[in-house]
Amino acid sequence: MAASRVQVLSLYKAMLNASQKFPSYNYRTYAIRKVRDAFREKKHVKDPKTIEDLVDKARENLAIIQRQVGLF
Amino acid sequence: MLCRGLPRQLSCARVLLCRQSTSTDGVIATGADKSQIVNENELRPLYMDFQATTPMDPRVLDAMLPYEVNYYGNPHSRTHAYGWESEKAVEKARGQVADLIGADPREVIFTSGATESNNISIKGIARFYKSKKKHVITTQTEHKCVLDSCRALEAEGFEVTYLPVHKNGLIDLKVLEDAFRPDTSLVSVMTVNNEIGVKQPVKDIGHICKSRNVFFHTDAAQAVGKIHLDVNDLKIDLMSISGHKIYGPKGVGAVFVRRRPRVRVEPLQSGGGQERGLRSGTVPTALVVGLGAACEIAKQEMESDHKRIKMLSERLVQKIMSEIPDVVMNGDPEQRYSGCINLSFAYVEGESLLMALKDVALSSGSACTSASLEPSYVLRAIGADEDLAHSSIRFGIGRFTTEEEVDYTVKKCVQHVRRLREMSPLWEMVQEGIDLKSIKWTQH
Repeated sequence: MAASRVQVLSLYKAMLNASQKFPSYNYRTYAIRKVRDAFREKKHVKDPKTIEDLVDKARENLAIIQRQVGLF
Repeated sequence: MLCRGLPRQLSCARVLLCRQSTSTDGVIATGADKSQIVNENELRPLYMDFQATTPMDPRVLDAMLPYEVNYYGNPHSRTHAYGWESEKAVEKARGQVADLIGADPREVIFTSGATESNNISIKGIARFYKSKKKHVITTQTEHKCVLDSCRALEAEGFEVTYLPVHKNGLIDLKVLEDAFRPDTSLVSVMTVNNEIGVKQPVKDIGHICKSRNVFFHTDAAQAVGKIHLDVNDLKIDLMSISGHKIYGPKGVGAVFVRRRPRVRVEPLQSGGGQERGLRSGTVPTALVVGLGAACEIAKQEMESDHKRIKMLSERLVQKIMSEIPDVVMNGDPEQRYSGCINLSFAYVEGESLLMALKDVALSSGSACTSASLEPSYVLRAIGADEDLAHSSIRFGIGRFTTEEEVDYTVKKCVQHVRRLREMSPLWEMVQEGIDLKSIKWTQH
């Protein structure tokens, strides 16, 4: 079951929000830029299987960001 | 140009300088130490020295942390699960490194960094084949650890040819071919130069070495993960890789040692025979996991990183060149890695400029030699005039550099070069049309 548009958008928002919390200027700007670019680049992906994989990957990355912003 | 850009750039500077303080709201400092670190960070200079080292990518650190705490087993322990899980992680990392350079995982040996990898390659090859072959070829612009390894070999009775380079920093393949002798065992040429960023014709060198049955080692510390490299395509027999130049941890690196046809190396270190006996000593699981993660990320980000770094470096060079005259870019303008820019500001002393640019972390050359005031041997090797060699600055751009940082650096740089030139009698003389080369400085 492919993720819905709403799910993807909320993931996008969650990643941007989490990235905002990087205390370091360089990590923060990189994370925000990267999240934006990655979602824009894959905007036109239609294949449900690919979307599913991308969403999984994004969830992993969201977890990484959430863990890392709290470290320092 | 300057006036138009000034208000925006000034506000950028403010943003950069208080970047820590605006962002700490989301973070709760847990103890006195933590808040102290944050405060200290408030006025740190911005970082433009990515050739010296790079900050770790948060994704790398995230991959490493479990192996620093929970999974602490010795990867060489074969009798329990702690060892197995660490070994599995190490082998996964080996695969990630190999994947980045197109090698077989069994050809990757973990070391403590590119210096050790270079030592193992150069001394190891020369010593292993010393009964028949006593000659090594390298270049004058290599990293210190390669040159010093070669000096050590010379002391042991080997002969070393140090190839000169052209004015653009590249070696002449014709000169290389002429340097071969029947007893040449090894050619060592770095892929990307750490000071001037030029990219040597590694593929051609690889093919020449292959046709002559001489081993080819390349120090790719500055190149791996930044430009596409394939050891089979480039006919490389040994390759040095560093962790901390590719957003990985410091204290770890790797050396690629070809298995087919087999390249044999005499190990430098005696011990438990880890890493195929080439590098004894317990493999540091967490660091190696970090190196593996850094390689995987580098592969995945190579294209977007490269595009962005190229854009930023063009922005920097173009802005500086358009605002101040008499700036020379060292090294070939085409055959280069764009993240390493070495500029000479004529009539300005490099060290004074570095001191003036307090809020930007820059360097005049490699970090190893940054304590000395001598002009860089790399710049002397490319035939830069003494005065230009003294006035060079290396700008390193990397994955985490922003447009604002580049603009701020340019602004500060332009401002201080102008100020220093105004104080310089040489600059005054040049403005009056006196040719500095015609002046006899000494009285006798």
